[in-house]
Amino acid sequence: MTTLTPARTRMDWPGIFFATLLTIAIVGPLLVVGTWAFTEVWRFPNVIPQQFGFRFWGQTLGRADVWNALMLSRRLTTGGTLLSAMICLPAAYAFARMSFPGRNLLFFSFLAGHAFPKFGLLVAIAAIFLQLNLIGTFWGVVLIQLVGTLMFMIWIPVAAFQAVDRRMEEAARDVGASPLRVFWSITLPQAGPTIAAAVLLSFVGTFYETEGAWLIGAPGIRTMPVLMISYINNQMVIQYGAVLSVLLWVPSFIALMFARRVIGGGAFARGFGG
Amino acid sequence: MSVLHIREVSKTFSGGTKAVDSFSLDVADGELVCLLGPSGSGKSTLLRMVGGFEQPTGGQITIDGEDVTHLPPERRPTGMVFQSHALWSHMNVFKNLAFGLKLRRMPAAVIREKVEAVLELVGLSGYGERATGQLSGGQQQRVALARSLVLEPKILLLDEPFASLDQHLRERLREEVRDIQQRLGITTLFVTHGQDEALSMADRIVVMANGKTEQIDRPNIIYREPQTPFVAGFIGTMNLIEGAVSDGNFMRADFTLPLPVADGPAILAVRPEAIDLTISETPEAHVHRVTDYGTHGLVDLDLADGTRIKSMVAHPDMFRTGQGVQISPRAVTAYRDNRPIYRS
Repeated sequence: MTTLTPARTRMDWPGIFFATLLTIAIVGPLLVVGTWAFTEVWRFPNVIPQQFGFRFWGQTLGRADVWNALMLSRRLTTGGTLLSAMICLPAAYAFARMSFPGRNLLFFSFLAGHAFPKFGLLVAIAAIFLQLNLIGTFWGVVLIQLVGTLMFMIWIPVAAFQAVDRRMEEAARDVGASPLRVFWSITLPQAGPTIAAAVLLSFVGTFYETEGAWLIGAPGIRTMPVLMISYINNQMVIQYGAVLSVLLWVPSFIALMFARRVIGGGAFARGFGG
Repeated sequence: MSVLHIREVSKTFSGGTKAVDSFSLDVADGELVCLLGPSGSGKSTLLRMVGGFEQPTGGQITIDGEDVTHLPPERRPTGMVFQSHALWSHMNVFKNLAFGLKLRRMPAAVIREKVEAVLELVGLSGYGERATGQLSGGQQQRVALARSLVLEPKILLLDEPFASLDQHLRERLREEVRDIQQRLGITTLFVTHGQDEALSMADRIVVMANGKTEQIDRPNIIYREPQTPFVAGFIGTMNLIEGAVSDGNFMRADFTLPLPVADGPAILAVRPEAIDLTISETPEAHVHRVTDYGTHGLVDLDLADGTRIKSMVAHPDMFRTGQGVQISPRAVTAYRDNRPIYRS
């Protein structure tokens, strides 16, 4: 069907309305936190702080517990993500390519953790960890954070492996590659960008995971977000929490931007079967 | 010097479907054999068994006398070109072609030399650094062919390699592939469902249906002397008229033809170009439609019971819809029990 009247670009008022609403909802709090981080004096009823400055950055970064928490978080997150990749990627490949009894049930059970109210699950796990002397230990926190990564690290890689063209793998066998070599040279590079996206998402997710880290880690293990919460709860000075928030926001924002450039939105979409 | 022997190979899938049923074929050195059949005839499954991607449930496959029946694909001297070309999109053209050579631990200089030679062979010199996604469909299929050829396989396997290309490109590529195949003298098994492709490229054609061989012959024999009604109907345009013979006459509705065979059922096969029509007051059929193709015309006829017959005529303007005609076939083949009983 053809229309003779040229299509006019009309203002999409509902679209603009929702976009504005979304922007306010997302950017608004960020803006407030960001402002607080660079504020020295801000008293009611002023809309804009009376005095900006970096005083609280110096104070926050001068604290030993902040640096300890940052390093600990880095170790925890790296360890947790690596462990998760080691467990989940082979499992994802198996789910995607092999057929074995109980496959669907097992696949579902990996995701079932996300169907429960998370805190209830964590308390139950904490009770078990208490018996195993894992409470307050590094590996206890790593294990609890594994739970949170399963969703990304199973679901997305399964879809990524399923999306790899089987003919490509057969063509590689045909020119003389062993099954292992095919996996290494064809399957993994083909699924790679999507899997990288999953690893990144789980890295960022683990870094900010708070409930599990707090419940299992306290009091010995204090990760960065746990420290931030204690600052926000226990300190009269708002700026400490704000500075830490901005500090934590920057690396993950850079990581996500980097991922978007390298991987492209398509890989995320493919990961979810899009 | 490579010969392929397929001995009574069968394939039954786990669901119980019999894809290939006791199939045998010998392919001589340097020969190009086409496996031709409708989809589901088992031709692709057969090719995949030769390539090692499917395990036969019975029978034996040998290449130059060596039993390869149970070897994995990477240990077979076969090279396969896939319908979807299956190029590795994360590698450029050069890397696609070099991958198999690298696996064979060849020195880099030799690899470069071989890749450049094969690129020239398929007419893609200088395309080595291109990403596969930058190539057209025809170029991608040429790279896929080069990827197999560069390893100098004993047997080249082509699985409907031109199916995803447009008609014009398909015709050009099949000439090119045939040229290259003859120049290299490489023994080739080619799967297609296009009879044009088979007739124009093959030294011999295997017509397959339901996992079995219907006929193995040279293209002109397949066309002129089809051994079963299926082959007759599958290759070219053919009128297949089911009827009965009594007292030396074949009969279907008002159409009769003297046929010197014993009484009983028979299937008559007549090419449209082998039918003469005469306008008649005592018609055997009526004209349903006349189509003028410029060089010739095609007349669709209906027998009294609705059986459709196609006839090629030199002067289509002589015929009109509804007209009654007499049918005089010049050359017929009659089949009974799936084999020819009479040929004129």
